[in-house]
Amino acid sequence: MSDINMKKEFFKGFLKENPVFVLLLGMCPTLGVTSSAINGLGMGLATTAVLLGSNVVVALVKNLIPDKVRIPAFIVIIASFVTIIDLTMAAFLPPLHEQLGLFIPLIVVNCVILGRAEAFASKNGLVVSVVDAFGMGFGFTFALTLLGAAREILGAGALFGLPVPFLSDNPILLFVMPPGAFLALGFLIAAVEAVRKKAAAVSASRA
Amino acid sequence: MDYMVIIIGAVLVNNIVLSQFLGICPFLGVSSRVSTAVGMGAAVIFVMTMATIATFLIQTMILEPLGLVFLQTVSFILVIASLVQLVEIVLKKVSPALYQALGVFLPLITTNCAILGVAIIVVGQGYTLGQGVVYAIGSSLGFVLALYVFAGLREKMDLLDIPKAMRGAPISLVTAGLLALAFGGFAGLV
Repeated sequence: MSDINMKKEFFKGFLKENPVFVLLLGMCPTLGVTSSAINGLGMGLATTAVLLGSNVVVALVKNLIPDKVRIPAFIVIIASFVTIIDLTMAAFLPPLHEQLGLFIPLIVVNCVILGRAEAFASKNGLVVSVVDAFGMGFGFTFALTLLGAAREILGAGALFGLPVPFLSDNPILLFVMPPGAFLALGFLIAAVEAVRKKAAAVSASRA
Repeated sequence: MDYMVIIIGAVLVNNIVLSQFLGICPFLGVSSRVSTAVGMGAAVIFVMTMATIATFLIQTMILEPLGLVFLQTVSFILVIASLVQLVEIVLKKVSPALYQALGVFLPLITTNCAILGVAIIVVGQGYTLGQGVVYAIGSSLGFVLALYVFAGLREKMDLLDIPKAMRGAPISLVTAGLLALAFGGFAGLV
């Protein structure tokens, strides 16, 4: 695998194959925890850690697992890493752990992780799988932080807890409430879609 | 009375999809037609109730007495995955008609986070088995209600002229947001 491909595997997660904006995977944590930028960042990094762990293990043991039981085996691997992250966060980051709550054990059923294990790590080598995990994980983190930041700025008039001038006096409370999650994500996906279309049109006219 | 409060709370006030964000993937994925929404909903009611009973028993009879609560996530997801398989096999044998109707939705349910989510909520809240089952039925009914209403809205949306960038996922999410806003009106009911 050449250098250029590595780069491609890494950066595809940000825009071209962004798990949230383009593939629409992992919607539950995306909507559920992004009431602030820091929660989105925390959830994204926790998911990245699980994704990294599961991609590494799946890439290492892929030849030992019989094909028929591979999905249950992957789920057990993922669930083990989720438990590790869950307990680690409970020990070292109790406030964030409290905020994310139910959504930490639910990383198990995040389709992004099982999707990458099945579609990528079970077919590729260790190094590329690590790069893929980082790319996808950071893409997911990027999307969650962006959505969290947008909702926090509009809904609470703050960013990472720091007040934003003007908006901090006039917050639109709706955006930190559940309906705001759907609305904000809808408009963000539309914006990303518009950017991608434009980028595709530009590269097509050049070719 | 107590059970009534749990049901109303789970169906309307804290709707599992629109205010707790569980089961969003099937909510967005299989809601383009009312008929598929009903099939998925029926499968979810069935599996969610069974899964809650199974995981509740595992939690209280195996994990807690043995001090293995840290294995909760691993054991719950395995139980749910095997339960879905089991339901599929039994249904195929016992009621081929029902299997025809629900079959395609069953494999999808393993990755429906509402099932695992409800199982964890039930043991986390300290419900009794009876309350847990009622909560699971209420939650799945809430899922069906949200899915049914949303599918109805989306069928109508096919006929509309929607701005290009908003087509597909964005307009669905905005619609879901408005639906969530409407369900916000039930806040304070219990």
